[in-house]
Amino acid sequence: MAFTVTINGSPRSVDVDGDTPLLWVLRDVLGMTGTKFGCGMALCGACSVHIDGTSVRSCITTIDSIGDSKVTTIEAIGATPAGAKIQQAWLDHDVPQCGYCQSGQIMSASALLAGNAHPTDSDIDDAMSGNICRCGTYVRIREAIKLAAQLNGKAG
Amino acid sequence: MIPNQIASRADDASLSRRGFLITSAAIGGGLVLGLSLPLGGSDAAAAGEFAPNAFIRIGADGQIVLTMPYVEMGQGTYTSIPMLIAEELDVSLQQVKLDHAPPNEKLYVNPLLGVQATGNSNAMRGAWKLLRQAGATARIMLVEAAAKRWGVDATTCRAQEGEVIHVPTGRRLGYGELAAEAAKAPVPASVVLKSPDEFKLIGTPAKRLDTPSKVNGTAQYGIDARPPGVKFATLAQSPVTGGRVKSLDDAAARAVKGVRQIVRLDDAVAVVADHMGAAKKGMEALKIEWDDGPNAALATADIAKDLEQATLGAGAVAQSIGDADKAMAIAATKVEAIYQVPFLAHATMEPMNCTVHVRKDECEIWLGTQAIARVQAMAAKAAGLPTEKVIVHNHLIGGGFGRRLEADGAVRAVEIAKQVDGPVKVVWTREEDIQHDAYRPYWFDRISAGLDDQGRPVAWKNHFAGSSVIARWLPPGFKDGLDPDSTEGAIDLVYDFPNFHVEYSRVEPKGVATGFWRSVGPSHNVFVVESFIDEMAVAARQDPVAYRRALLGKAPRARAVLDLAAEKAGWGQPLPKGVGRGVSLQYAFGSYLAQVAEVEVAKDGAVRVRRVVCAMDCGTVVNPDTVQAQLQSGIIFGTTAALYGEITLKNGRVEQTNFDTYQMIRINEAPAIEVHVVRSSEPPGGMGETGTSGIVPAIANAIFAATGKRLRKMPADANALKQPV
Repeated sequence: MAFTVTINGSPRSVDVDGDTPLLWVLRDVLGMTGTKFGCGMALCGACSVHIDGTSVRSCITTIDSIGDSKVTTIEAIGATPAGAKIQQAWLDHDVPQCGYCQSGQIMSASALLAGNAHPTDSDIDDAMSGNICRCGTYVRIREAIKLAAQLNGKAG
Repeated sequence: MIPNQIASRADDASLSRRGFLITSAAIGGGLVLGLSLPLGGSDAAAAGEFAPNAFIRIGADGQIVLTMPYVEMGQGTYTSIPMLIAEELDVSLQQVKLDHAPPNEKLYVNPLLGVQATGNSNAMRGAWKLLRQAGATARIMLVEAAAKRWGVDATTCRAQEGEVIHVPTGRRLGYGELAAEAAKAPVPASVVLKSPDEFKLIGTPAKRLDTPSKVNGTAQYGIDARPPGVKFATLAQSPVTGGRVKSLDDAAARAVKGVRQIVRLDDAVAVVADHMGAAKKGMEALKIEWDDGPNAALATADIAKDLEQATLGAGAVAQSIGDADKAMAIAATKVEAIYQVPFLAHATMEPMNCTVHVRKDECEIWLGTQAIARVQAMAAKAAGLPTEKVIVHNHLIGGGFGRRLEADGAVRAVEIAKQVDGPVKVVWTREEDIQHDAYRPYWFDRISAGLDDQGRPVAWKNHFAGSSVIARWLPPGFKDGLDPDSTEGAIDLVYDFPNFHVEYSRVEPKGVATGFWRSVGPSHNVFVVESFIDEMAVAARQDPVAYRRALLGKAPRARAVLDLAAEKAGWGQPLPKGVGRGVSLQYAFGSYLAQVAEVEVAKDGAVRVRRVVCAMDCGTVVNPDTVQAQLQSGIIFGTTAALYGEITLKNGRVEQTNFDTYQMIRINEAPAIEVHVVRSSEPPGGMGETGTSGIVPAIANAIFAATGKRLRKMPADANALKQPV
């Protein structure tokens, strides 16, 4: 069945079963490979994207559940104020190692910062504990979110 | 700056990979084959291009391309290795582009392994001199080309930021303008390297060259390869090693929209589809009946029993000093223990995957691998093609940790692709990835020590049993029942033991594949040695740091890191009830590391690692930021193992499936980590794995300090640590 969803501001049409996870539509059908596959069960967060600004796991989000909502992926998160600050802080702190989970980390962190200009350690734990990093970049993720929040302060 | 993907070039068909091994080299006290690699010339140079060796190409347009002999999997090698070349070539890191090396064991052999591979934390150790020489050679040739053009003495010219400058007149020529002339000049036989006080890059915190692509989603991993017309497949391999497909009903799978083909192999089934969503749905619809084969009843306890049995007999003597039996017999106190460590999966965040296009007389492969030449050779065998007919495109690696030293995923993908028309990307589900790994071996240690009436060690005996990964992966490295990896961290200790005897028994577990896992042999040995020496300190009623320190008379670098870690951690300062500090000390991968873990054990037995302080002496530091990052990384990786890591078997099947049953440390559980580096001008040691081996005993020792309970079998068991109500 054909579905049309808005991804990074553009309508995209795909012909797949309605229960197809958004992850595979993005990666395999549309060739947007920045969003990563990690577990397929919403356990690791590697596949995180935004739907109407909320971080969700695209591996369990079926294409027929999206409707008119707006999907944002790592390819376009830099166009949002919070996403741009998070990416800059990630660069400043050289957060990634293997980097595979970092698209998901950045999507979760951007959603956090967009809704909470000055997150506490506990806010960071709550927002980011769904994202596994096997390289253990957690120390730098925490520092980078705090740096991005400072950028927030300056901008505001 | 890192290209998305690079076609392999200059495959050297005439070279037999095994032929390049120096099999007679004495291996011992470290995984060192001791190859002296000549700086081979590159065949890949185009007209007008300057390529004095296999690592550097400078185009007429001035573009400098460095070919990386080691692959980037997070450890920062795509920044630190370019630093070595750029330092001597006198260019900035911003001026270089990076290329993945193609399979070619003549040009890109790891001099410390004897094969083309990235592992064992030895990239910097192998490259330290060689790649600085590569850079210096090129610089000298460029300077001489400029001097010749100007008709001046080369000693009046110097190189700077990609240009040659004639100092008296200020004339300048870019490297690109000199490339064609430099290419015609003879390569100098020897070069003088910069002294450390001349370093401009080495020792400075360089920004990673791969970060920009990793924050905007453009970094290309193997799983992102998309050759035109690619189909997507997922697979189910026999859940029991040695099992086979007994029957297959694929009617429902074929009816799934987007499913194109079902591929049946002897011991696996793959579903090929238009996208992975359809492939997975098709897989769920398959009805596969397995014949489990000879390992159908296998359980972890059976394997542990075999290992235990082996430690009761005689093993291969790994190291013997003095007379441990005699000293043990007259010791005032004897301490004995059994230690066991479990199988562990790698669980790289990028699940195993490989894209293959088998054509009539060649095969093209896209993946991220730590051992590209091994992939090429084994894929060729699976495809029934000569090695040179297999083209391999390497990519960034979404987590290696040893898993991607194996070529099983590539072989599997070739077997599937042989039955598919066009390219097919085979992606393992997380469950498949965790259940069909090459696991960190299960090891069993029988260890004892004798103490004199002052508590000082007079005898040390250890007999351990487990799989030798080297024996399978690099057969010449296994000799006389021993290999340098299985014993690293168990012998050649920093401590002064007058009577010391260590034996190893190789026992290959039936029905379980074993492989290299981050921190390899030391992942087991450092845990056992550093836990047991803690037991000895307890038996001697001495402080664990002071006890170790007294045994370090011959190891000043070890003592320095121990002192520094203890001081920075506030060793000896009081802690609240339920909180303890534990220490570990190791010399592994050419680096000295001491760690102090501060651990809290709750009443319900839950363990929280609050803080880790470590002190490192890894010789000359190339990129200080990488040292920090790798210790943070290794410590988190080891903390996951200490608290959660365990793969178990029941009925021949791995019981864990995904991140719910094979848990990872998350950000809310991550300790604060402090890294202190001891300045040193010794050659660089390895960095990427040290944190992992050292943190496990530091945590176990801290748990003992907090609870009085000694963990001799990992991971930590909350039930055993629970306080009675």
